[in-house]
Amino acid sequence: MNINRRKFLKVGGVLALGLSIAPVSGVLAGVKGKYMPNSKALTGKNWAMVIDMKKLDQDIDACITACHKEHNVPDIGNKKEEVKWAWTDKYGHLFHDNKHEYMNEEMEHKDFLALCNHCENPACVRVCPTQATFKSKDGIVMMDYHRCIGCRYCMAGCPYGARSFNFKDPRPFIEETNPAYPTRTKGVVEKCNFCVERLAKGLIPACAEASKNGGILFGDLEDPNSEVRKILDTQFTVQRRPSLGTKPKVFYIL
Amino acid sequence: MMFNSRNIIIGLIIFVGIFTFPFVLSAGKANEAPKLSLDTPVINELGTEECLLDTEYMRSNHMQLLADWKVEVVRNGNRVFVNDEGREFNMSLQNTCLECHSNKEEFCDACHTYAEVDPNCWDCHVAPEVVK
Repeated sequence: MNINRRKFLKVGGVLALGLSIAPVSGVLAGVKGKYMPNSKALTGKNWAMVIDMKKLDQDIDACITACHKEHNVPDIGNKKEEVKWAWTDKYGHLFHDNKHEYMNEEMEHKDFLALCNHCENPACVRVCPTQATFKSKDGIVMMDYHRCIGCRYCMAGCPYGARSFNFKDPRPFIEETNPAYPTRTKGVVEKCNFCVERLAKGLIPACAEASKNGGILFGDLEDPNSEVRKILDTQFTVQRRPSLGTKPKVFYIL
Repeated sequence: MMFNSRNIIIGLIIFVGIFTFPFVLSAGKANEAPKLSLDTPVINELGTEECLLDTEYMRSNHMQLLADWKVEVVRNGNRVFVNDEGREFNMSLQNTCLECHSNKEEFCDACHTYAEVDPNCWDCHVAPEVVK
């Protein structure tokens, strides 16, 4: 066969093109299977919580324990390096906008439950440089621990102290590891996730489940018939530090 | 004409000797490929050795699959994976992958150690032997 220069270049060009696109076919074929949400999942557009301190009183510790056990939250035992998803604090710290010097003694010294407020307008999300913290489409302020670089901007940004940094490997400080949930690692920030993994299974958050008298109610703010909306419609509720404009979605009946 | 040819040639021989001796020593000896064990209670009970996708695909793409799963679960709230046969799986390294492959040391680690890769999955995800 006689092959001239022109023919050689043509064939060579086609071959080179083929070789250069060949790996792409692998990539295109690489997407296998489909993804979908769990059919049993609780669905909501904007999750929120009401904490009724009058009903919760006795159950606070049970709620915190349930949460921390479920999510493998370590008990570091040292206030400076403490890791917490839910905790208690006094009125003066949680609601200090409304504290005054003639406050009712009982209110002043009572322990109130606190957790991440899953703000409508979260400061932590705005400051996160890696988008490790973000707002999910159902209104939960979530963390992608794979992306967290441990810069702690979110901790500086959060006005509620809801975030903890893992100054050391948390594993030795977890009394009993829940094998169904990951731990965290040294160098990442962590916080309450509104039990997104439980919602996906059709369960309400662990703290709400542990509050036997209905001290913690969980529901969808967008649904006018939700338990949360019914309480908000009928009772006087407060938020933590509303003046900051973060629009917290954990409401309190004090 | 070459100056100092004696020294140069001796030097070259020593140099080539030093740099090729690992190859010369292990010539003809193939390093044994890692053997992955599928001998776990759950897999034995299944009766088949079929993963959610074919073995060839899983072997070369499991890391991409896991990365995609992470994005779907964390970012998009999709927690169920439907494979080509229509079977559904909960997308969870800890609760799905390790349920069958409960022998992390003979399965994950066998290859990872051989290939000298050190994925940081287990810094957070709880491998079965941690729970005792």
